[in-house]
This record gives sequence, C-alpha cells and structure tokens, in this order.
Amino acid sequence: MERLEFEFAGGKPVAARNKPVLAGVLGSGNLEVLVEPADLKGRVRVEVETAARGFGPIWQAVLTDVFERWKLGNIRISINDAGATPAVVALRLDQALQEYAGGDA
Amino acid sequence: MSSWSEATARQRIAGLLDAGSFIEFLPPERRAVSPHLRELGQPAAFDDGVAVGRGTLDGQTVLIAAQEGAFMGGAVGEVHGAKITGLLERARTERPAAVLLLLESGGVRLHEANAGLIAVSEIMRAVLALRAAGVPVIVLNGGRYGVFGGMGITTCLCDTLIMSEEARLGLSGPEVIETTMGVEEFDAADRALVWRVTGGKNRTILGEATLVADSIDAFRAALVAAMQPKPLTLETLEAEHATLGNRLDRFGDMEDAVDIWAAMGIDNPQRLPLLDTDAFLQAVKGAGA
Repeated sequence: MERLEFEFAGGKPVAARNKPVLAGVLGSGNLEVLVEPADLKGRVRVEVETAARGFGPIWQAVLTDVFERWKLGNIRISINDAGATPAVVALRLDQALQEYAGGDA
Repeated sequence: MSSWSEATARQRIAGLLDAGSFIEFLPPERRAVSPHLRELGQPAAFDDGVAVGRGTLDGQTVLIAAQEGAFMGGAVGEVHGAKITGLLERARTERPAAVLLLLESGGVRLHEANAGLIAVSEIMRAVLALRAAGVPVIVLNGGRYGVFGGMGITTCLCDTLIMSEEARLGLSGPEVIETTMGVEEFDAADRALVWRVTGGKNRTILGEATLVADSIDAFRAALVAAMQPKPLTLETLEAEHATLGNRLDRFGDMEDAVDIWAAMGIDNPQRLPLLDTDAFLQAVKGAGA
C-alpha cells in the first residue's frame, strides 16, 4: 500500500455548510472518494491510500487535470483506491465533486 | 425500475426508504475504519463495508444496515460487526417498527480472525435478544455475492427473509464445500447447480424466503407487507425443529434441488430455473416442504 498527498491552489471556496459526500466503493478496480469541507485558506488537499505502489506521477497528472476543471477551494478529499484506472479515478472525482458542489459551484 | 443486485449498499438504502429520510450513524467522515487491514497493508473503507442508520418506510421508523458486497465480499470484520450489533442493541430501546438487514456477505472477514468470528456471534446474540423483545428483524438478500457463513446463520435467526432469484443463501459457500468434501459432493463450477441449490427459488420452495424480482421497488413492496414480528417461543422453536427434521428425512438423500422439487409433486420441475418470478410463483403455488 502507498500513501500519497497532494495540494492544489483551488479556487472559489465552497460554503462550509455543504455536507460531506462519498462516491464509489472500495472494490477491485474501483475507488471511494470522500469530499469534506475544510479550512485550507482556499486550497484543496487530496490524500490517497492506494493498493498499487509506484503510481505517484500518474495520480499527480490525473488530479492536476481534475482541478483545472473544478475550481473549488476549502475542500479535503480522501481517496481509498483498489487499483482503479486513471479514467475511473477522474470520473469518480467528477461524480463526487458534482454532488458536493450541488448548485453552489 | 432499478436493479437491487447492481446497486451499491447506499443506493439500496436510498431506494428503499422514504426519500431523504435516512440518517446515518457513524457516517464515512467519522472514519470508523478497520484497525486490522492497515496492519496488513490494505486500504480500509471509510465505513468498513457497512452503512447503518435510521429512516422511515411508508412513514414508519426503521433502523437499517446495508453491507457493501464490493468491499471484501461484504465480509464481517470487527468494526463492521460492531456497527450491526450496535444498531440491533439500539433497537431494543428505540423500538422501531422493524430492523432491516440488507445483507451481502461471504461471512467472517478471515483477515481479522477471532475478532471477526466474535463480531458475527455478537450479531447473532443481538438478533435473538431483539426478537425476544418483539421487534421484527427482516433480511433483504439480493446482492450478487449472496449471503454465506456466519451471515447465512444470522439470516436464519431473523423473522423474515426477502430474496431475489439471483441471490444465494447458504452456510458453507460452494467453493468451500468443493474444497473440503470434493467435487463429487458439490461442483462449484456448475453455476446452474449452485443456483438451483442455494438460489432464491429453492429457498422459496423450501419455505424459507419470499421471492421478489431483482428490483428495489419489488423489495420495498414485499417489505411493507412483511413488517410483523413472528413469535419466538419454545413452541415455535420446537415446531421449526420438527419441520427441519421432517425435511431431512424426506430429502436428505437427494443429490439435487430438482429431485426435491419432483418429490414435492411439482409438475415438470426442470423448467423452474428458467421461469420469471411471476410464472415461477404460479408454478409452485400450493407446493409445501
């Protein structure tokens, strides 16, 4: 298992009233994404625990792409991964962020 | 009409209960995770593979637990089991209209060894204590992993079982039987055999389950009709034992569920696995184990 942490500059802070959101399931080839409000001075923090070691640069690339599309701030994202492919990771993050932001984004 | 077997545990809860009524206890952001899996170098799910909470069904308050089969086959670890036991114990004081167990589990999570075994036995004790207090405990079994091992036993301790054709119920799983007793005893690769023996249709014919189609709406409709406690007394237990003893006398030597269906007088039993739910229920009407 490998633990990875990333930070992004973020964007528009989402109101702290937004409730935490869980998307996906920690099953083979899948991942679960938990999005929570956090006072991070507008930044985004992502913590990943993954069963597959050695994929840090790919996580960096996928997450960079996702947060170029989602300009949200003050959120903490926690991911448990059981070997999801990059496309699945991006789609799951889109799903979670869409639900989290609701009409607020 | 959305499929039960394809839904996640949380989608099943959302589809079953009155919209927006579910309040989760120990939600994912509380991170009640397994202390054992990280020691073994495995990612641990935020909810340890089970969601528990309170909601309403047709306006009646229920407590509900849903196992997530996609996480470790729904296997019961220490935290997972404690969440279900805690829910059942809470029901003794809250006295909801029913406790709903949306099960999908291979049984004990072997990674957690004795902690998992103890967790399952605590669930069983809590189910019986709750039934003795007169609160019905209802199992909904429609997941693709089925319900086996300790959760199979737990299912048989509850008031009512609602099950789809695609779901399975057993004690030892097919591969466990094949590994320990040999392929002559049970061929786990023969999927038709596995479903004939452990699937929802056979459980219904044997009087153990109410069969529904694989949809969340069908489970909900059957559930609304089933929210009654069944008496748990010495007399009911003795009657149950007599029924099971009689079943063993009549069918104990048979090799396949089809032989049992024929012995029960069901016409042309080979066709049963191919019938849809309504046609099947029509075909077995009046047959009794």
